[in-house]
Amino acid sequence: MSGFKTNNKVVGWVEERLPIFSMLQHSAVEYPTPKNLNYFWNFGSLAAFCLVMMILTGLFLAMQYTPNTAMAFDSVERIMRDVNYGWLLRYLHMNGATMFFILVYIHILRGLYYGSYKAPREVLWWIGIIIYLVMMGTAFMGYVLPWGQLSFWGATVITNLFSAIPVVGKYVVTLLWGGFSVDNPTLNRFFVLHFLLPFVIFGLVFVHVWALHTVKSNNPLGIDIKTPQDTIPFHPYYTIKDLFGIGVFLMIYMVFVFWMPGAFAEPANAIQANPLVTPAHIVPEWYFLPFYAILRSFTQDIFFISAKLQGVIGMFSAIILLLFLPWLDSSKVRSAKFRPLYKQFFWIFVADCLVLGYVGGQPAEGVLVRIGQIAAAYYFFHLLVLLPLLGKFEKTKPLPASISAPVIRGGGAAAGATAQPMEKA
Amino acid sequence: MQKLIRTVLAAAFVAGASQIALAHEGPELTSPGFSFDGVFGRYDQAALKRGYQVFHDVCSNCHSLRFVAYRSLTGIGLTEDEVKTIAAEREIQAGPNDEGQMFMRPGRASDHYIPPFPNEKAAAAANGGAAPPDLSLMAKARAGGPDYVYSFLLGFEDAPPEGVTIPEGKFYNKIFPGHAVSMPPQVVDDLVTFADGTKATKEQIAHDVVTFLAWSAEPELDVRKSLGLWVMGFLTVLTALFYALKRQIWKDIH
Repeated sequence: MSGFKTNNKVVGWVEERLPIFSMLQHSAVEYPTPKNLNYFWNFGSLAAFCLVMMILTGLFLAMQYTPNTAMAFDSVERIMRDVNYGWLLRYLHMNGATMFFILVYIHILRGLYYGSYKAPREVLWWIGIIIYLVMMGTAFMGYVLPWGQLSFWGATVITNLFSAIPVVGKYVVTLLWGGFSVDNPTLNRFFVLHFLLPFVIFGLVFVHVWALHTVKSNNPLGIDIKTPQDTIPFHPYYTIKDLFGIGVFLMIYMVFVFWMPGAFAEPANAIQANPLVTPAHIVPEWYFLPFYAILRSFTQDIFFISAKLQGVIGMFSAIILLLFLPWLDSSKVRSAKFRPLYKQFFWIFVADCLVLGYVGGQPAEGVLVRIGQIAAAYYFFHLLVLLPLLGKFEKTKPLPASISAPVIRGGGAAAGATAQPMEKA
Repeated sequence: MQKLIRTVLAAAFVAGASQIALAHEGPELTSPGFSFDGVFGRYDQAALKRGYQVFHDVCSNCHSLRFVAYRSLTGIGLTEDEVKTIAAEREIQAGPNDEGQMFMRPGRASDHYIPPFPNEKAAAAANGGAAPPDLSLMAKARAGGPDYVYSFLLGFEDAPPEGVTIPEGKFYNKIFPGHAVSMPPQVVDDLVTFADGTKATKEQIAHDVVTFLAWSAEPELDVRKSLGLWVMGFLTVLTALFYALKRQIWKDIH
């Protein structure tokens, strides 16, 4: 640990027994951070802030919520009408989930664009993907709790996916439900898990930051930190930058909470769950739509493998493949700034995901089925074919000598001649 | 920074647009323009009272409003005595008493709106087999929200267009999915006589009752929007200060 000194006797006494102050000094104050991070590097701290918001609002909602099929919907309406500022808690929590996913998607895309998953950050990347997976599970189960029509039918559709597993599928589904359909035991366990998993995410975030502080932050140039001139201490530079980011984020978030609280909600979920009435159009929450589109794009049984099983495998492998990204991407250059071809394919990939998201939200009929299939195929083509090949054939631009080189005005002729002018954040 | 704002707005837009795209399928809805639309929109208190009159005199004969408590009607400007009188209009089963008997007692302000039928089967039996839905959340339970309910109420037509057959005992509505509704057309000119003297055209009646239903779905809207203004004001100042401080701290870097 770095040279932590104090004149405060109490702090000194604690420090000798538990070195918490030197740890904070080391990892939250002195932590050497690349000086050239742009605002896309705010999204990690924003997501952490959002997680804390979700845990806090969720805690107080849980104190008022009743996980029983006969009472869940009524208890949510009671929160909305009779609990002091209950509507605020619920709208913060509902829209917080949407905001959380927007932040995390930008955070992931930032990683993809600047090659943050490449050596030595593979484990950091893995933990991130695992956090994302747990987040999806948590969000899915949270959506079931208000016990509206889409809560119930969404839960029925998604849990039924596991029935596609050969031989044991049927038993797995019964085990998930705790019965023979989505019912009270299902709601109970989903509530318990929805309460538990955010704390698992919190632990994973701790490990994520631990790994980050071991390998240090990537940066828009994607080159390693070479000298102390390349870095600045985390505090006060990035603490204030993160605080400013939180301010901007809160302003966007609060517009939704106070003026468009239902912008991301499905009207059918304002109708209490009814197992006897199937809604005309069952859609998952928007953040699942690209994967939902991949799931639905398999329409042909191949021998003994049903279309449903293919879809389930396709959907899960779309996420699992991301774990292999550090090896699928064969380029030695991290940042897309110096990869002219990858840069274009990155944006095509983003557009592809948006197309998948759109198709996932529409009824599976007509030309959309084919568009969804092409977009799903391209998703895998990008990860499995393009990325391995690009690294071999792409002619990358020369990298700057160091992070500080292109920043210093008129610095080193060699660096200045080859590097792109530094983009102002 | 601009790039970032663009990205965030684009993400929010895409997410929002996909929802809106989903929400606005089906027939074109008409909007009368409600007082509670927009950033500064609030419920029109006079429209709420008129709308409640329509609900009370007409809708509540068949429809329940189970999430609205009588006591909360003070939110639309009724006095506590008026609330007590309205609550006592219907009886609710209570008990058991000391003899172990269930009995009927008049409603109290603390009760939720007492439904017109004792249960869903009774409601269905009295209404040609289809139970009238609860109206507490109707204004946000349909794509299009209040505009949908308004268009629906005015969307009945005497004769279905050619080629559309409506089963016996059902009514044609151009807005309703499937077009065959069990509820007969209700909103007609002079359906009620408004206590405040407003002329009861069918558009006025639909507008007012939808305002009331919007209130019953989102009674917190007025408080929400005015609190929102304070929150945004506070955040603007806070964020500006953070930005100034950020500029100050970073001025020697780059």
